[in-house]
Amino acid sequence: MPSLHDEAEAAVGPRLSQLVTTDAVRVGASAADWRAAVRVAGDALVASGATTPAYTDEMIATVEQLGPYIVIAPGIALAHSRPSPAVVRAGISLVTLSRPVEFGHPRNDPVHLVVGLAAVDEEAHVMALSTLAEFLADAGRRQALIAALDPADVVRLVRAFERGQADEARPPARDGKESVERT
Amino acid sequence: MKILAVCGMGLGTSLILRMNAEKALKQLGVEADVEVSDMGSARALASTADLVLTSEELAEQLGPVKPKVITISNFIDLDEMITKLKAAFG
Repeated sequence: MPSLHDEAEAAVGPRLSQLVTTDAVRVGASAADWRAAVRVAGDALVASGATTPAYTDEMIATVEQLGPYIVIAPGIALAHSRPSPAVVRAGISLVTLSRPVEFGHPRNDPVHLVVGLAAVDEEAHVMALSTLAEFLADAGRRQALIAALDPADVVRLVRAFERGQADEARPPARDGKESVERT
Repeated sequence: MKILAVCGMGLGTSLILRMNAEKALKQLGVEADVEVSDMGSARALASTADLVLTSEELAEQLGPVKPKVITISNFIDLDEMITKLKAAFG
């Protein structure tokens, strides 16, 4: 099986689990429209200490300017803007919506998961975002994320996934013996 | 070969495009550099690239460029990326 860790290992910056703290997660949020949904993701970035509220407006302005291309996959929006004084540090927030909202994307609507991304430069968020893309590439993990009951659940899913990746990247402990799974 | 992944800001969506493209290229056994770009500098950078990856919406905003433009619908779907890259390589 090809290793998926090459890029992640070459990348710099904090791990996904360092950014996705319970403060940065909202589960089952209600949002009347895409602006409200992006606002929840922005509020979570603010709560986690990554941004000031001005960044939330910048994320909304980005969609207004460039369109709904931020809906990167069926049901998933990656809300972000560019580095700005409103970004304190790299941050990622995760928001699941109680009711999906339309962003106006021709194929990937409606959205039930909004990811908020704050970047200070082109580098610091790379490892965490790579990990998130790997996480979301699997339908089972997407389901588990959507089904999470509270922010602590989401944080646990992210940590478990990261641990799994780290274990996979490590060479086997001994010949012919599988490494013991850590709990 | 040089591939340019284009999104609005050049640091979020295009980064995910690049990661998925790199995985697909590895599976296809194709050697290529994948760079990211925002919309602002994409047209200039595209002139030195062999292939441009972006979304359908942004491809319209980008307008005509020299290299072939591949539009991706699901940025985290490896199968879509592999299928479209394969088709582009012929």
